[in-house]
Amino acid sequence: MKLKSLLVAVGLGAAALTAFAADITGAGATFPYPMYAKWAEAYKKQSGNGLNYQSIGSSGGIKQIRAKTVTFGASDAPVKGEELDKDGMVQFPAIIGGTVPVVNLEGFKPGELRISGPVLAEVYMGTIAKWNDAKLAALNPGKSLPDAAITVVHRADGSGTTFNFTDYLSAVSKDWSDKVGKGAAVKWPAASSVGGKGNEGVAANVNRVKGSIGYVEYAYVKKNNMNFLQMQNADGKFVAPDDLTFAAAAAGADWFSVPGMGVSMVNAKGATSWPISTASFILMYKEPGDKAASQEAIKFFDWAFKNGKQMAAELDYVPLPDALTAQIRQKVWSQIKH
Amino acid sequence: MNTSPSAPASASSQVQAVARRQRLEDSLFHLITWLFSMLVLLALLGIIASLFITAWPALSKFGSEFIWRVEWDIVNEEFGAAIAIFGTVISAAIALLIAVPLSFGIALFLTENCPVTLRRPLGTAIELLAAVPSIIYGMFGLFIFAPLFAQYGQPALQSTLGQMPIIGHLFGGAMNGIGILAAGIVLAFMILPFIAAVMRDVFEIVPPVLRESAYGLGCTTWEVVRYIVLPYTQKGVIGGVMLGLGRALGETMAVTFVIGNSQRITGSLFSPGSSIASTLANEFGEAADLHMSALFALGLLLFAITFVVLALAKLLIARGEKAKGTKT
Repeated sequence: MKLKSLLVAVGLGAAALTAFAADITGAGATFPYPMYAKWAEAYKKQSGNGLNYQSIGSSGGIKQIRAKTVTFGASDAPVKGEELDKDGMVQFPAIIGGTVPVVNLEGFKPGELRISGPVLAEVYMGTIAKWNDAKLAALNPGKSLPDAAITVVHRADGSGTTFNFTDYLSAVSKDWSDKVGKGAAVKWPAASSVGGKGNEGVAANVNRVKGSIGYVEYAYVKKNNMNFLQMQNADGKFVAPDDLTFAAAAAGADWFSVPGMGVSMVNAKGATSWPISTASFILMYKEPGDKAASQEAIKFFDWAFKNGKQMAAELDYVPLPDALTAQIRQKVWSQIKH
Repeated sequence: MNTSPSAPASASSQVQAVARRQRLEDSLFHLITWLFSMLVLLALLGIIASLFITAWPALSKFGSEFIWRVEWDIVNEEFGAAIAIFGTVISAAIALLIAVPLSFGIALFLTENCPVTLRRPLGTAIELLAAVPSIIYGMFGLFIFAPLFAQYGQPALQSTLGQMPIIGHLFGGAMNGIGILAAGIVLAFMILPFIAAVMRDVFEIVPPVLRESAYGLGCTTWEVVRYIVLPYTQKGVIGGVMLGLGRALGETMAVTFVIGNSQRITGSLFSPGSSIASTLANEFGEAADLHMSALFALGLLLFAITFVVLALAKLLIARGEKAKGTKT
């Protein structure tokens, strides 16, 4: 009897505790999901507070935060300043990553071949259809590119990676910007284009179709040891994708030049900047309905900015530079009323 | 034999009571089963209504032209269903073209020619194939079939069928192993066990006396199948084919893996395309507003296509019955 009542008491106590330490809820972008999940796990160990993040896609995240069903929304493409004002939301970047062109060409080591933005746009337009095209050959002197047809691989599902990639192509090619544009999914113009579902779908197609080119998140390049291309950046230098070149792109961005910090990091200036870098954004209300939950979410990101750098490096993401996180605390989080 | 005068009356009232109770139970039972079947109808109507309501913004914007429009431009919000309908119908047609003769052969062998010792293991193998989840077929298609198809299948097709007049251009273009033809072939493998299993089952119900009489008259195995088995089982065979077609039209995962997911119609079966189901599976995650509505409109169209196919099958069966009626 005594044991039973003890058990009940413990049970009630546990229930009360879990009810008290309400989990932080967030939803949105799939690109940063592994990062948020890892941070959440470590944070739970330290503070006892969990984070329930659902990677339902950026537009889903924006919908959920507008419907106020979550404490924060996450989006790979920044929401425009005027829309943030209309909804009474703030926006800040939380993590940085990059998109990398990968190829399936026999006889070349990863990073051996080079490409520039305008030429990449022409490949995806379908106007360059063979690997031994004069423009590709000019970028790769001394390399014997095969007389093989190019198969262009893209994401079949809507995704932040596609937004980042088409955002870049629009920035470097007027033709692309006029005819195709940028978005989470676009109308791919090349006749040979093949779609894969998710990063893994694109990676699988590129690995299996000879003479193909695709684009995936950096983590997939490393994990699958894919043959990536060096890119020519805005300063005309050729760079390979890694955390240093992503960080250089982030350092070059003028974050507060656009309302809502919605700076596009594509084609960033700087000799060592990776040109297709991107930040993933967090959306929160200035005057949240549930102030306690909102405060917990801020606490989580504050902790992650301070302690999450090593974990980010392990997953091949790039943490925000300290100077930037200090500014986010000062200028953005101060707007949220608790 | 009862001595008590009131006994017959009480017995009959007892019987009446039982009858009344049974009548009540019967009508209750009737009502409950009626409610159950109404539930199906309600769910069906509910699905159609909700599909229609969510699809309305796209349907009202593009009108009936939505069906014929060869356009799927998400950035500029210009949508049409023709590309997806084309991919769905063509890949399903290829699947049937391959799967029906093959399954007919399998069923024929199993019921007419097969040694008894092989009959059970072969039959079980077919049933097992039918139970394989479709995503397995998709993975098989992308990782194993597509590279082999690109290396051996497509060059062989291009150098033979591709050289013929009229149909030659169907086998032209880049050979990367993924595309509408590859999707059709993988679908064929997927629906083959279904059609074969149904055909085998219906072939087996042909009364032995009919079959034996025909053999007794000196018919060959083919003549027995052509003039006895097939006419007798026509309904079941068409039913089996329609079951396969229904699966092929609505198949999502297997097709998404190998069709190439490109919103385009080209003259070549080698080129990537997309089906209604694969478009839905790919794009729901990040769809919003008009895009979402257009996806629902696609879903509604798939519903309509399946309905038309079913109706055609019913019509086919009814006409066959009628023709038989006039002959005798």
